[in-house]
Amino acid sequence: MSRTVYDLIGLAAGVAFILALKGLSHPKTARRGNLIGAFGAGLATLVVFFYSNENSSLPLNNLGWILGAIAIGLVIGVPAARKVQMTQMPQLVALFNGVGGGAAALVAIVEYLNLGAKATTAVVIFTVFTVIVGCVSFSGSIITFMKLQELMTTRPVIFPAGRFIIAATLVSVIGVGGWVVSALGTTPLLILAGLSLLFGILFVLPVGGADVPIVISLLNAFTGLTVAASGYVLDSTLLIIAGTLVGASGTILTRKMAEAMGRSLFGTLFGAFTAKPQDLAAAGEERPVKSGSPDDVAILLNYARRVVIVPGFGLAVAQAQHTVRELADLMISKGIDVAYGIHPVAGRMPGHMNVLLAEANVPYDQLLEMDEVNPTFGQTDVAIVIGANDVVNPAAQTTPGCPIYGMPILEVNNAANIIFLKRSMRPGFAGIENELLYDPKTMLLFGDAKASLTKVVSALKAL
Amino acid sequence: MAILSIFVLSVFVGFEVVSKVSSTLHTPLMSGANAIHGVILVGAIIVADHSKTNLELGLSVAAIILATINMVGGFVVTDRMLEMFKGNKK
Repeated sequence: MSRTVYDLIGLAAGVAFILALKGLSHPKTARRGNLIGAFGAGLATLVVFFYSNENSSLPLNNLGWILGAIAIGLVIGVPAARKVQMTQMPQLVALFNGVGGGAAALVAIVEYLNLGAKATTAVVIFTVFTVIVGCVSFSGSIITFMKLQELMTTRPVIFPAGRFIIAATLVSVIGVGGWVVSALGTTPLLILAGLSLLFGILFVLPVGGADVPIVISLLNAFTGLTVAASGYVLDSTLLIIAGTLVGASGTILTRKMAEAMGRSLFGTLFGAFTAKPQDLAAAGEERPVKSGSPDDVAILLNYARRVVIVPGFGLAVAQAQHTVRELADLMISKGIDVAYGIHPVAGRMPGHMNVLLAEANVPYDQLLEMDEVNPTFGQTDVAIVIGANDVVNPAAQTTPGCPIYGMPILEVNNAANIIFLKRSMRPGFAGIENELLYDPKTMLLFGDAKASLTKVVSALKAL
Repeated sequence: MAILSIFVLSVFVGFEVVSKVSSTLHTPLMSGANAIHGVILVGAIIVADHSKTNLELGLSVAAIILATINMVGGFVVTDRMLEMFKGNKK
């Protein structure tokens, strides 16, 4: 295959990626957009096997190893993507992003070993960039994965003199990077990779709570840029286009996510560096809460005129989306006005609740966004909060200095009655106590969201 | 110079194509973009072909495995997310 044909096919793949991102931005074309992207990526991969130039001949060297490695990747990646539960999708995306960053760093390292002294300064600079950012993306994504999978604490991890350690690590990463560029050599490059991995861990540890999705999005943009840089090293226009597209769109997306949560990007990334450990003394006290039975809840709902359902991560964990729809349908049949109040970051990722409720075929017009639903809480008789916590916590409006301060919330505190379906008194993902739980107009129903909802449905039917 | 032009134009296209996305689609869009950078698989195959030592080959094989997981897993998981939206259009 001639270089021209190879480049033209690469160009077609690049166009496919642009169409894919464009399609993914609109609900109607999203699925097709994703398929176009997959087609482009498949085409780009396939064509490599049929192109040779003065440096390589066909069939490719190490073809058996290459095909075997792809087969292993398929055997790991496809079942993971197919079997994952909806609740675990965010961490899977984080993991996929991390391995992509790791792959880009490895590609740069191999090419560097291969070129040896033949590498030009420009190539070495791009190699250094790819290794640093790829390793940061890899280790940072692994930490976000562990946080979301709750393999480690979900709260910001802040250690004494943390910001000095982080700053010192960053300075040594840059220093060693300069060393690699000036001195060349395998050892400095491996030290660079190690330090970059460490920096990725330190960079993500202080981020907690609702900010984790923003960091995943940012690391995703980072990985895009590393792919673009390795495209320069390997003289591949396609990698430059694809990587830059992801880097640029990922940056915009990260900003939009931060805006949706009312956070400045800077504050998200560096806020935790300066944060002091929260004064949680009050949280340890035993305080009275009002807990109710499913029958109490059903009676309250039966006499309501307007009910707003506020779903959160607990709904996703319990897979209760179908049961909540059953409850909503039952209430509607009793003439009660029902709406869902959707916080943009309820769950573990923006849009998480929309995906979940869409699966249960909840009619779209019942889903109200935050700006639509907030003014209506004053006329709402009952707000049912199902497994959500941080997104309804008034501390975001009243307690300056708490980790979620400034995040817009669903103002369920304005409703006449509040019902919380909770597994336990454990605080939400951000680890902050919620005063609303102790409010006299709040009733708590403990237990798994699905089990609780099923009991409420049968109690309401019996009335 | 050609490479710089490609880079700058790609930045603007990247900014432009996602500028109007609604918050509902943030997660699938991130996941789809994530899958697209799995195209580093192409780079991993190229370096595997170049590899002369066992170390180089070993690292490239690892890169191919990781890149394949990123690309294929990414597109499959995005498709699964978007499948959930199907019911809405009716």
